[in-house]
Amino acid sequence: MSSTALSPVKGLARRNSTFLLSGLGVLPRLVVVCSVLAVLLFAAMVFAASTGPTTIPAADVANAILQYIGIDRGVDVHAPVYRIVTVVRLPGLMVAALVGAAFACAGATMQGLFRNPLADPGIIGVSAGASLGVVLVITQFAALDNLWLLNNGPLSNALWRIPAGAFIGAVISSTLVYVLSLQRGRVNIAALLLAGIALNSVLGAFTSALLLRTSNYDAVHAILSWLVGSLEGRGWDYFHLAKWPIIVSIGLLLLYTRDLNLLVIGEENAQSLGVNVAQIRLVLLVLSSLITASAVSIAGAIGFVGLIVPHILRLVIGPDNRILLPASVIGGAAFLVFADAVARSVIAPEQLPVGIVTALIGGPFFLFLLWRNRRSIAAF
Amino acid sequence: MSDSDPSPLLKTDQINCRLEGRDLLRDISLSVFRGELVGLIGPNGAGKTTLLKLINGLWPVDRGRITLLDKPLKHYSVRQVARVIAHVPQITALDFSFTVQQIVLMGRNPHLSRFELETEHDRQITEHAMQRTNTLHLAGRLINTLSGGERQRVLIARALAQEPQLLLLDEPTANLDIQHQLEILGLVCDLTCRDGLGAVAAVHDLELAARFCDRLILLHQGIIHTMGTPAEVLTSEHLRLTYGVETQPYADPNTGYLRLSILAPRKD
Repeated sequence: MSSTALSPVKGLARRNSTFLLSGLGVLPRLVVVCSVLAVLLFAAMVFAASTGPTTIPAADVANAILQYIGIDRGVDVHAPVYRIVTVVRLPGLMVAALVGAAFACAGATMQGLFRNPLADPGIIGVSAGASLGVVLVITQFAALDNLWLLNNGPLSNALWRIPAGAFIGAVISSTLVYVLSLQRGRVNIAALLLAGIALNSVLGAFTSALLLRTSNYDAVHAILSWLVGSLEGRGWDYFHLAKWPIIVSIGLLLLYTRDLNLLVIGEENAQSLGVNVAQIRLVLLVLSSLITASAVSIAGAIGFVGLIVPHILRLVIGPDNRILLPASVIGGAAFLVFADAVARSVIAPEQLPVGIVTALIGGPFFLFLLWRNRRSIAAF
Repeated sequence: MSDSDPSPLLKTDQINCRLEGRDLLRDISLSVFRGELVGLIGPNGAGKTTLLKLINGLWPVDRGRITLLDKPLKHYSVRQVARVIAHVPQITALDFSFTVQQIVLMGRNPHLSRFELETEHDRQITEHAMQRTNTLHLAGRLINTLSGGERQRVLIARALAQEPQLLLLDEPTANLDIQHQLEILGLVCDLTCRDGLGAVAAVHDLELAARFCDRLILLHQGIIHTMGTPAEVLTSEHLRLTYGVETQPYADPNTGYLRLSILAPRKD
């Protein structure tokens, strides 16, 4: 007994657990995990900024980015290389990073909220709701010639309608899925997935019908590539449109990560441990819908990021949302920046919509992970 | 442990609970005092789990009132309740890869604000809770790799980390073998008489209930059929009327504890 009492908990944890650094406290783990991911994000940015019609050496790109964020590397700010990196390529990469962070964070939150690793803004129909909202706004309420999707240019004045449409669509569909999957105060997983499937096809049908009624083929093409998820031609305007809702919502979500941990182990458990379940669930649902809607409104329904990124990270660092959520934010950004670089380079000078790339990278990798862990798969 | 004690930890006054037009519980009045282990017994569906959930504030009360530390339960926030009452749920599937230490640290949640991380103080409390429940050696193990008895001890450790005054246990010995049943109830008994906690435990095994509990409450069809000492409650007549089984209580010649000879189902 005395030997058990004397041995420090930390040492025991390090010996027994299977996750990266799980013997350390929350804060040191958070710092280490986020630092590693931040380096990855920077590497992805450098890689992505060096790919394009003119290939720029990675070292020059890194120096240009560092110079841009205020670390003096003695780079000539009037040189073409610096201009290409910071004016032409960086805005798009920042949009990719923002959107990737948003989807991954929303995915991680929904997985905790619905207590299911399969929950993802795409799978449970939230993205589809946001998409329908946007398509409805574009086809019914906005003059087509005024459409930013077509000209890839600066945003017009009535543009608040698009995020508003996305948000309303996202909130309605997430509430609907949530209510449909509730059984006596608990989320029934099968009902959740079925509701998601049904909602996806109904919303998809509406979206298709609206598209078919649109006679402008350029608009149809633009909307289609946007529905799959595309970052083509997205500049600072788009970034500024979505940055505050996304950054503020992510910041708020990070305050709820301990509650999210408790929700994961069961709603009654959570409540008897002092979590106001009904209130917290509503907050988490609204925040994750807001994040999803903001991301969808600027980049379309890019799938798989919200599913893959938290899932991979969970396999490495474990289920503690206090680390998983911040890690997903940075990891999601890195993942989408990388995917965007691939989308821009595989069939250059043409671009693939990045949503196709995330599905092509994400799907098989996900299957590989499932296969590799098939013996020891745990829901969380 | 007498009714003359001026302030019970918890008191319920004629509480009712209805669900879909059916009375789950009717006119439940009881008190729980510091240092006693109250056993909740009764046939399946009698309302044991419901009563525990009402006391914990997980479900709303339809009529009557619950008083916790001389203050109405409905005036407490969810957080405040969790600092006084800890609930040890029935063992369900715990299919996540949290470590035992993480699970026990969750017991500190009601004491931490949204902006706080656990401090060394919280770590010491959880370590003490794990020592008390003999789970310290499991700290780094994943919860989904533990045996049933180990999980139950971890859940009790988590409850202790809440530093509660009242412990509610829902079938703490279900699905455990006899050794672990004795171990768990012995631990709870120890927590009440040595640490002065009040505890209410729903228990299926009547002989175990008689052995460990200070008082028993026999629920039947949503009402309190009888309450009192184990010897007062576990009589042939009460068990015939509630469980519908003919029994003959006797004192075990080896241990002196109350035992039951089960004779036959009730002959009407």
